[in-house]
Amino acid sequence: MGNEKEALKAGIEQGTYKWVGTRPIRPDGADKVTGRAAFGADLDLPGMVTGTVLRSPHAHARIRSIDTSAARALPGVLAVVTGADFPELPNEVAAGGEAPINFRHISENVIARAKVLYDGHAVAAVAATSAEIAAEALSRIKVDYEVLPHVIDVLDAMREDAPVLHEGLITNGVEPAPTKASNIAGRVEFAMGDVAQGFAEAEIIIERSYTTAAVHQGYIEPHACVASVTADGAATIWCSSQGQFMVREFCSKVLSMDIGNIRVTPAEIGGGFGGKTTVYLEPLAVALAQRSGRPVHMVMTRSEVFRASGPTSGTHVHIKLGAKRDGSFVAGEMELKYQAGAFPGSPAFLGGMTGFSCYEIPHAKAVCWDVVSNRPKCAAYRAPGAPMASFGVESAIDELAQQLNMDPLELRLKNAAKTGTRTIYGPKFLEIGYAETLQAAKAHPHWSAPLGPNQGRGIASGFWFNIGGQSSAAVHVNENGSVSVVTGNPDIGGSRASMAIMAAEVLGMDLDQVKPVIGDTGQIAYSFLTGGSRVTFATGMAVVQAAENVVEQLRQRAAKLWKIDVEHVIWRDGAAHCTKADEAARAPLSLAEIAHQAGRTGGPISGGVSINAAGAGPGFGTHICDVEVDPETGGVKVLRYTAIQDVGRAIHPSYVEGQLQGGAVQGIGWALNEEYVYDAKGRLQNAGFLDYRMPVCSDLPMIDTVLVEVPNPAHPYGVRGVGEVPIVPPLAAVANAVSRAAGLRMTDLPLSPPRLLAAIDGAKAAG
Amino acid sequence: MNAVEYAKPQSIDDAIRALNNAPAGARVLAGGTDLLVQLRAGHVRPPVIVDLKGIAELRRIEVTATGFRIGAAVAGAELGEHAQFAAEWPGVTEAFHLIGSTQIQGRATMGGNLCNASPAADSVPALIAAGARCVIVGASGTREVAVEEVVSGPGKTTLAKGEFISEFLIARRQAHSGDAYLRFIPRTEMDIAVASAGVCLTLDDKGLCTAARVSLGAVAPTALLVADCAKALIGTSLDDAALAKLAAAASAACAPINDKRGTIEFRTKVAGVLARRAATIAAQRARGN
Repeated sequence: MGNEKEALKAGIEQGTYKWVGTRPIRPDGADKVTGRAAFGADLDLPGMVTGTVLRSPHAHARIRSIDTSAARALPGVLAVVTGADFPELPNEVAAGGEAPINFRHISENVIARAKVLYDGHAVAAVAATSAEIAAEALSRIKVDYEVLPHVIDVLDAMREDAPVLHEGLITNGVEPAPTKASNIAGRVEFAMGDVAQGFAEAEIIIERSYTTAAVHQGYIEPHACVASVTADGAATIWCSSQGQFMVREFCSKVLSMDIGNIRVTPAEIGGGFGGKTTVYLEPLAVALAQRSGRPVHMVMTRSEVFRASGPTSGTHVHIKLGAKRDGSFVAGEMELKYQAGAFPGSPAFLGGMTGFSCYEIPHAKAVCWDVVSNRPKCAAYRAPGAPMASFGVESAIDELAQQLNMDPLELRLKNAAKTGTRTIYGPKFLEIGYAETLQAAKAHPHWSAPLGPNQGRGIASGFWFNIGGQSSAAVHVNENGSVSVVTGNPDIGGSRASMAIMAAEVLGMDLDQVKPVIGDTGQIAYSFLTGGSRVTFATGMAVVQAAENVVEQLRQRAAKLWKIDVEHVIWRDGAAHCTKADEAARAPLSLAEIAHQAGRTGGPISGGVSINAAGAGPGFGTHICDVEVDPETGGVKVLRYTAIQDVGRAIHPSYVEGQLQGGAVQGIGWALNEEYVYDAKGRLQNAGFLDYRMPVCSDLPMIDTVLVEVPNPAHPYGVRGVGEVPIVPPLAAVANAVSRAAGLRMTDLPLSPPRLLAAIDGAKAAG
Repeated sequence: MNAVEYAKPQSIDDAIRALNNAPAGARVLAGGTDLLVQLRAGHVRPPVIVDLKGIAELRRIEVTATGFRIGAAVAGAELGEHAQFAAEWPGVTEAFHLIGSTQIQGRATMGGNLCNASPAADSVPALIAAGARCVIVGASGTREVAVEEVVSGPGKTTLAKGEFISEFLIARRQAHSGDAYLRFIPRTEMDIAVASAGVCLTLDDKGLCTAARVSLGAVAPTALLVADCAKALIGTSLDDAALAKLAAAASAACAPINDKRGTIEFRTKVAGVLARRAATIAAQRARGN
């Protein structure tokens, strides 16, 4: 093994790999492009019935009573459940993988109890023999609502006189603790240095407020599942999610079932972006399956997806940035007010931790407020919380550059975080590649290309931690020497390809002999969900270790066949080689030959590894965006876009580039047109792709990418997470471009045409 | 329990009969790109749907010496491939082509776009500007009305029970005439007009505007035919002053609403901008033929 480790290390330094860094066709590609891949809604079981959900038409109301008798009396209706059918859970916060979890809130979000807290909040669910009967049954459920005053906006929700969503909600993190309930769920503060002193030293200060709208992850596949419960109470769930083990755990909590009685099979996933890291339908489907005795199939409509799942926080962000005349940052302060939706748990604290982390700022402080209002409970969305804080910071930096008459790229480079820079949340950065992304931006032809009239160029950077965590992998050698690589993480970004590449690299074998498999909860040991940009890093590390374990066994088997000591066997190019001085002439034993004889040397060859991966490498990106503004309509056209990122090591560069492109496009949508629009009664007005305006292909230029590779020393191949960083810079990159094109500082997202035109005309009127 | 009766008559007379025998709430289906969406969303529950796509007269495009007769159930893609119509009425062609996606274009019809009665329908301002008329058939006979007289409000038409549009009549292009249609959407496709303008102009030999029709969409309960816009152009050489007057007249005619797609201020201003830009394109086309 020592030889192999050294070889890997040498490989990192010399970049000599057989598979790592190549672009083979993805293992799941053929099924996806031919429509064979089975997504959440695609399973069909004998006797399966349809489940549907009755949802609140009110933003905020007390449920006086629910009468389901007329629905139950309808022929074809097999089960009806309401909140009363689910256990009351303790109001306590459990440690989660990325953020703390309160399962009482998860449960009350899955199905309302005493109150409905947003338009679309689930109130009851029905299982029936057809979708038509289920729909008719929903119309026969009588809910007696006492409509209550509601609050949508985050600043309104923080007001003293705001309608309170949760009567028992006392602000966490404030000393002394308030005595009165409010919508302010919590306050978190991060600080380093002395900001008062810092601002006293500043020669120029930029201070502004910024807002961003609530936006949805916009995955194309709606939430979907099938649940089946056997007569002895064992539940099986097939569903599309970012983590089969997460679904198992959350369902066991919400349903008070033994985790050992639930098996979850991951379906193919049609996009998640963080939004499928929780449960909505699954516990309802299990409850309906328990009562009906039939498998229950549930699929959300697009309207339900918008009204009742997702989004991430709309925010109010206040930034104060102090610098010397030479551009060096001396102090930074931010106050973040994030919508949590109907239940506590916004990613405000993650905004506070990430907002300043691209820079060396000696004195910095972030105050983060988590605020509930009558909107759907927010869910994780790609680098949760970071894009909004970063939008404020990167806009302020752009304005600072304008006021100092400095190049905004040079200003960033001057203050760039590097190895040893302390973060506001404590640790110092180890090896990072932020400055390298700026250098790559500077060298890119995009940065110096000429601009036409009404055009502007924006630049912005972004940071995300990336995480490691618990992962399992098993490598099974088949009788013919081909290999199965089983992991427990749904493939949302091409991770099957990366797992296969890493296993093939370690084993030195042909890639097409490696078949990646995503196991269900009964087939592979626990793995934390696919999120936090962790899978290629952490699960990849487990795969590498499992493959190394198999290599060790293969050497032993070869030694046994050769009747020599294992220390005289090395593994190279997919075969065992004898290094014993007097027997070096022996022909190598291939993987296939060893596998074929496994029965004679000790039985099947298989390696399973479960780890808690540490050492995730932080990720940094820098994006450049050119826009043209139509000064008469406020229309914005994105002309050119380049995303540059330190990716550590790209195992499969095409899918890494795809991550950069996808993140950039979601960020462009967030910046330009996406937003949740509510009417005066708190009902969502644009619960569909027509009026929730995600960009379409023709809105966008090809997103150019540059992969900067500063390897993460904690990973055998140098991997850093890459999936989340690319959504952090675009909000400010676009807004800075628009601000420069229009000659106005735009601080509120989205930069929709009516808003931009009003600003342009307002500035004209003001002279 | 939500059974819908479906009829696909093969002649106009059969269709009239089917509609007259149907209970209240019966709907006509041409392309179905609006109706089926409304049906699925539960916004409408018609007891009977009468599909017009089986009627040959409604599916054909005829060119005579004086004009085009376009069946009300001709799909966007079919009209888009009619080279002569596209050459003579590029504005109408472009407007129709803007509706939906390639898939939608394979189904969507002019008759459906008009009778769905959305204030934002793309083909309607272009048809009004072009002076298009439609033939309406029903139990009490056949009548011919200008396109701008068909829609009476959002989702409402002046068609009587059992009536439907069989075809559109559009004149042959006159010398030195041109038309254009522009809409504003925040994206580049797959969206609904926030404001729109259709313009049709005729110039004399000296380049002075002798006739003009200007129609605005998505800025009032129905598409508007704005006489003051025409007045601003007629008799002028379509110089900047005339175009500015046109824009002002267009904005003055707007009576829009605030909604998720745009504000009153935005629609009012942008309708003027679009009218001016569409007039500029129409003028270029008129000068070119």
